[in-house]
Amino acid sequence: MRFSILVNGIRHEVQADADTPLLWVLRDELHLVGTKFGCGIAACGACTVHLNGEPARACVTPISAVGTAAIVTIEGIGASEWGRRIKRAWLELDVMQCGYCQAGQVMSATALLSKNPHPSDQDIDAAMNGNICRCCTYTRIRAAIKQAAGLPTADTREVRS
Amino acid sequence: MSGETSADDPRAAPGGLRISRRAFLAAGIALGGGLLLTLRFSESASAEDALIGAYVKIAPDGIVTITAKNPEIGQGMKTTLPMLIADELDVDWQNVRVEQAMLNSIYGPQFAGGSLGTPLNWIPMQQVGAAARQMLISAAASAWAVPAAQCVASRGVVRHPPSGRQLTYGALSERAAAQPAPDLASVTLKKPSEYTIIGKFTGGVDSARVLDGAPLFGIDVSLPQMSYAVYEKSPVFGGRVVRANLAEIKALPGVREAFILRGASADAAVKMGLVDGVAIIADKWWDAQKALEKLRVEWSPNSAPSQSTSGFEQQAAQLAREAPHAIIRRDGDVAAALRGAARRLEASYAYPFLAHATLEPQNCTARVNRDGSVEIWAPTQNPGPGAQLVARTLGIDAARIRVHMTRVGGGFGRRLNNDYMAEAAMIARWLGRPVKLLWNRPQDIQHDAYRPGGFHQFVAGLDAAGKPIAFRDHFITFGQQGHVASSADLPRDHFPAGFVPNLEYAQSLIELDVPTGPMRNPGGNALAFAFESFLDEMAYAAGRDPLALRLELYGPPRILPAPPARVGLKIPPFDTRRVRGVLELVAEKSGWAQRHALPRGTGMGLAFYYSHLGYVAEVVKASVNPDGVPQIHKIWAAVDIGRQIINPAGAFNQAQGAILDGLGQALHLFITIENGRVVQRNFDAYRLLRMHEAPPLEVHFLRSNNDPTGLGEPALPPVLPALCNALFMATGKRIRTLPIDPQALRRSAA
Repeated sequence: MRFSILVNGIRHEVQADADTPLLWVLRDELHLVGTKFGCGIAACGACTVHLNGEPARACVTPISAVGTAAIVTIEGIGASEWGRRIKRAWLELDVMQCGYCQAGQVMSATALLSKNPHPSDQDIDAAMNGNICRCCTYTRIRAAIKQAAGLPTADTREVRS
Repeated sequence: MSGETSADDPRAAPGGLRISRRAFLAAGIALGGGLLLTLRFSESASAEDALIGAYVKIAPDGIVTITAKNPEIGQGMKTTLPMLIADELDVDWQNVRVEQAMLNSIYGPQFAGGSLGTPLNWIPMQQVGAAARQMLISAAASAWAVPAAQCVASRGVVRHPPSGRQLTYGALSERAAAQPAPDLASVTLKKPSEYTIIGKFTGGVDSARVLDGAPLFGIDVSLPQMSYAVYEKSPVFGGRVVRANLAEIKALPGVREAFILRGASADAAVKMGLVDGVAIIADKWWDAQKALEKLRVEWSPNSAPSQSTSGFEQQAAQLAREAPHAIIRRDGDVAAALRGAARRLEASYAYPFLAHATLEPQNCTARVNRDGSVEIWAPTQNPGPGAQLVARTLGIDAARIRVHMTRVGGGFGRRLNNDYMAEAAMIARWLGRPVKLLWNRPQDIQHDAYRPGGFHQFVAGLDAAGKPIAFRDHFITFGQQGHVASSADLPRDHFPAGFVPNLEYAQSLIELDVPTGPMRNPGGNALAFAFESFLDEMAYAAGRDPLALRLELYGPPRILPAPPARVGLKIPPFDTRRVRGVLELVAEKSGWAQRHALPRGTGMGLAFYYSHLGYVAEVVKASVNPDGVPQIHKIWAAVDIGRQIINPAGAFNQAQGAILDGLGQALHLFITIENGRVVQRNFDAYRLLRMHEAPPLEVHFLRSNNDPTGLGEPALPPVLPALCNALFMATGKRIRTLPIDPQALRRSAA
């Protein structure tokens, strides 16, 4: 089937079976490979993209379900103010190790700050829980989100007991 | 230049690390002009190799291109090693470009493993940079007809202060290329006070490109006319293909081919070589993946289906009652010492198999050219053995295989094995066209070289003062045909060997048909939990402070004899002062001495582990919630990897990540084997640590006067026992089996 999808502001006509996950259309048809494959069951978040500004797992989103939604991927996220700030904070704090999950992390973090510019630690936990970092760079992911939000980056969560 | 050394000269370190292999430096003119320097590990390299293998290229415009020889798996070596060259060369980091090397013998060993990148390359990489700098100075001196000793070089410029003349490295580069390359051993390295790049927080050289979505990883490789492949293997390790519904598969939409490949040998499964399987080739990976759902394969039986986690547990319980198969170390007389002990402790510890679960699933892109040569693009930690495996599997000369090292989406030891490389190469040859093989997640979790489980039967005897005088471990581990399985061994010098006068390490083997292999801190990731937890039991039994008991056991300041060199590395001797240093530092930072003032239900636990040349002590503060789920309040680490943290950006990240990696193992991770196959298929059942479970961390580096060593692994092991020890203080319940079972920690639990 033919689908017309809007990715990072550009319209693409693609030929794919209706059940093809958006992930594979992005990666193998449009060669937008910044969005990564990790699990195929929406359990790791490596494939996170935005559909109309909402984070979505592209590995379980059939192309037929995308409809007219505006898709934003890691390749296009820097065009938004929050995306730009998040990416800058990620580099300033040198968040990544292997980097494989980081596109998904950036997409989830950008979606968080777009809706909630001053997130608490609990807000960060809730928004980022679907994104696994196998290298466990969670300390810096948390700090980078706070830095992008203009919040103090020190980790003050220690239970005072 | 003088060859003298001073106290703060890196070469003056007592017991320092040295690469024992002879390296040679060659100079030439780079393509496009400028200086090109090559470090050779043998003199047989061809002129072409010298070009390919250039470490340093200085272009006339002053841009310096430095080659990163090792794979980048997230450990930061693509940034760290070029920093060493750039600092000695004395150029501005922003004028440095880093290029990834291909596999080439000219570089010597190229791998990411054993936390060896730093200790093996600390001196040689600096020497390359210093030699280039010396050649630039010589070139300037000859241009100005002045003594080289009057010239100084810094930040990409050589100056002659007496005359005020100066030339940029770029302007000097061609002339420098005509200078004789100095003997590497003769070059003088900077004093640490002169470093301009080493020690500075330096972000990863490719990080911005990762965040732009650039095609850097193995999974991102794309070649003209490339097909996609999946490769289905027997869920039971070592199973052979009897038949498969290939005709039906080939008729599916998008599928180009479906065929059976035969394994290389009967033991290929445990050796991580090519094993039997069915390849499905399609124009789109998703079409091949969908076809897998329709694939029906009849696998031949073998001995494996009887193997199971519960069976291993029963065998271990039986073996624990029997005489051990072997004694691997015996000091003094344990039996006599136990008879005379004021107090005797016994405990059984167990830990599960684990999968590596790199987030980038195993993949490889391969092309077999018309002349039979092979080109490989792979995320690999170990490209050399990968090329050898492909050569053996295809029956061709390894010299005809070119390996491109892509960025690696996580290693953790998984990609020291290159099974996926052999599969892709065989599929590409069968097809006669380029192919990208990509595993799905269940294949990745179910076809690993697992961290082996293990069982320890400990006995200890304490004297009246609470000092350990006898120690025995009957280690029940796994073997294959009577040999200890990969990464399933107990090193005979493992602590407390050498520190308790009467000690016995015994071993029994459970026959295993499941592949095992190194996982981040092999041995240590499991042994630290068992040994450091039991040590904590000994401290509590004796009414001793676990910190004081450790300090007493390691004893007075002393340096133990150095073990023999390995992989070209002189191993520095074990230094008890470094143990004391990190133990006292972590105690101070965590407020260890005040732990008894913590509220009831909150505890602190301590552990120390020496591994991969690093000394690490960690303290965990924790409690449990009413459901028994551990609540980790905070973790402190004190790390001694020598005097110089080359890149603090990478170092803190590695230490934090390793601690959280170990925490996830303690809390959640296990692989279950039933009927010879792995049960877990994906991240719903194999629960990696997530954001909300990552507690606050403090990492402190203790800068002892030793050459810097690696940090990918040493910070992982102590967190597991430190957590379990904290939970004991918090709840009075001792964790002796991993992962931690919250049921056992509930207040109502017995």
